[in-house]
Amino acid sequence: MCGIIGFIDKTKSTMDGSKIKAALSLMNERGSGDGAGYVAYGIYPDYADCYALHVFFDNMVEPKTKVDEILHRWGTVVHQEEIPTVEQPGLKRVHTPWRYFFKPFDDMIGGKVGSEKDIIKHIVMEVNSSINGALIFSSGKNMGVFKASGWPEEVADFYRIEDYEGYIWLAHNRYPTNSPGWWGGAHPFNLLDWSVVHNGEITSYGTNQRYVEGYGYKCTLLTDTEVVAYLFDLLGRQHELPTETVVKALAPPFWDEIDRMPPAEEELHRAIRLTYGSALMNGPFAIVVASNEGIVGFTDRIKLRPLVVGENGDKLYISSEESAMRVLDPEVKNVRTPRAGEPIIGRFNA
Amino acid sequence: MKTVTIDAKDMHYTPLNQKVRAAVADGAEEIILNNVLGQRFIGNGVRGNSRIIVNGVPGGDVCMFMSGPTCIVNGNAEHAPGNTMDKGMLVIHGSAGDAVAHGMRGGKVFVRNNIGYRGGIHMKQYEVEARPMLVVGGTAHSFLGEYMAGGLVLVLGIGQEKAMTDRGIGSGIHGGEIIIRGEVDDYLLGVGAKKFEFTEADLERTKPVIESFCEQFGLDPAPFLDTNYTRIAPASSRPFAGKYVWE
Repeated sequence: MCGIIGFIDKTKSTMDGSKIKAALSLMNERGSGDGAGYVAYGIYPDYADCYALHVFFDNMVEPKTKVDEILHRWGTVVHQEEIPTVEQPGLKRVHTPWRYFFKPFDDMIGGKVGSEKDIIKHIVMEVNSSINGALIFSSGKNMGVFKASGWPEEVADFYRIEDYEGYIWLAHNRYPTNSPGWWGGAHPFNLLDWSVVHNGEITSYGTNQRYVEGYGYKCTLLTDTEVVAYLFDLLGRQHELPTETVVKALAPPFWDEIDRMPPAEEELHRAIRLTYGSALMNGPFAIVVASNEGIVGFTDRIKLRPLVVGENGDKLYISSEESAMRVLDPEVKNVRTPRAGEPIIGRFNA
Repeated sequence: MKTVTIDAKDMHYTPLNQKVRAAVADGAEEIILNNVLGQRFIGNGVRGNSRIIVNGVPGGDVCMFMSGPTCIVNGNAEHAPGNTMDKGMLVIHGSAGDAVAHGMRGGKVFVRNNIGYRGGIHMKQYEVEARPMLVVGGTAHSFLGEYMAGGLVLVLGIGQEKAMTDRGIGSGIHGGEIIIRGEVDDYLLGVGAKKFEFTEADLERTKPVIESFCEQFGLDPAPFLDTNYTRIAPASSRPFAGKYVWE
C-alpha cells in the first residue's frame, strides 16, 4: 500500500510544494515512514537548458571524484552544489544529496549515441551500476526529484519543498512490502525527464527487466518501479510511441475485449500486444508518470489499486484518495474513478 | 433530541473517532461531523441507533463493523464504505470508491451515484434476518458482487444509457443475487454467474428496497417499479467445486 498524487497546471502556472506536502501527509496511513518523495517540473528556469543531475553521495571523496570524471568526459558542468537540506529529528541523513547542472558535448553524439539524451542515459546507467556510493536519482531538464527514507512531512521539510515552484508535481508515500526501504528505493523513480510514482507491485518485473536490459538499461535500485521509468523511456522516447499507446502496451485490454473492437482498432491493439508482450506489466498497480510534456495516470487491467481523478479549469489532479486532491484544491470538480488501464492524460495547452 | 456537533477540521481520525464513540456512549441521538476530509474508520464498530451525519469526504472504511446506527454522508466516500457492516444503514449522497460493502453481512448501503470496482465483494447472508443490501443509483465498475455469498446488490443505472457496461459481474458468485436495471450483455457476466428473468414475484420482493432507496434521496420510485431488470445469481451453489480437485 502506498499513496500517490499527480498534479499538472496546463497553463504552466506554478504551485509551491507546501500544499503537495499537506496533501501527501493526509495519506500517511498509506505509508510506513520508510520512504517519501516529490518531483517538480519547472523548478530550474535559470538552468533550463541543462540536465539537472541529482545524486546521492555516500561520501564526498571517492564516489564524487569518479562521478566528476565521468561528467567531464561527456560534457560540461555548468554549476554544482549541495541540495539545500534542513536536518529533521526523525530523518537519518544517510546520503548527501548533490546536484549538477550539466551539458553534454555536441561532438560526443554519433554511432549508438544518437542524442544528448542517450548520453545522459548512458551516464546514469554507468554511475548507478559501477560507482559504489553514488546514485543519480534525477536526470531531466528543468525538473528534480527530492526523496529520502522518512514520512512525507519529514522529507518535505528536509528538502524545504515549499521553496520549489512547479507546474507539474508528483508525490509518493511509501509502504515497502517486498523490497527494502532505503533512499534510492523511495519514489519518484526517474530517468531523463520521466518520473514515476507507483502504488502496488509489478509481478512481471523479471520479464520487464530482461526486456529493457536488452536495450542497455540497468536495473540497480532493488525494487520494481524503476523498470517503469525505463519502459517509458524505451517506448515513449526511443520508439516514439504516443503516451496512450505506451499505456496500452503496459496495461493492454484483454484479448476478448480486443476481439470485440472495430477492425482498425482491433488490428492496432493486436499489434501492440504482439510487439510489446514483454513490456506488459502484471500485478496490482496505480501509476502516475510525468515528463516535460505532461502527466499520465493509469492502473493495472483489473484495477487492484485505487486511483481517482479530478479537475478544475486547467488543473488536473490524480490521486490514490479524493481527500488528498481536496487538500490541493477544495474546489476540485468532475471527480471520478477511471476504468482499469484507462490512460488519464494531462498535457500543456498548445 | 440530544445532538452533538464536532468540527473535524484538520483532526486526525483517532481523536475524531474517540469523540464519536464517546458521544454514542453518552446517549447522543444525532452526531454531526463537520469539515470531514479523509478521516478513516468513522463510525467503526458503533452500536445502538444513533444517527451520524458526515459533512465532507470521509476516508476509507466508513461504517466498518457498524451495527445499528444510520450514517448519512453528504459527500463522496473513499474505499470500502460499509466494510463488514452488520446492521443499520449507510447513505452516501455522492459516489464511492472500490470495494463498497466489502464482506457486508447485514444492513443497507445506499449510494446515490456510482461506485468503483468490486462493489459487494464477499457479501454474505445468514438466513433471512441478516441479508445485506447494496443499492447503487448510477453504475458500478468491474467485478460487482465478486465472490458474493449472499445478500442483494441492486444497480439502478440512473442517468446511464446502460446500467452496467463493465465486465466480470458476479465473478465467483455462489450465493445472493445481483439485480441490474435493463438488459445486461452476456459478455459482462463473470465466471459462475448466470442471468435469470426478473419476474413479478421478484419485483414484489425488491419493491421495498427500491422505495427505501428513493425515499433517502428524494426520488420518485414509480419509474423503477417494473420488471425491466436482469437478475444475476450463481450458476450453481458450488460453481468451483471441481476447481482445485483432481479426480
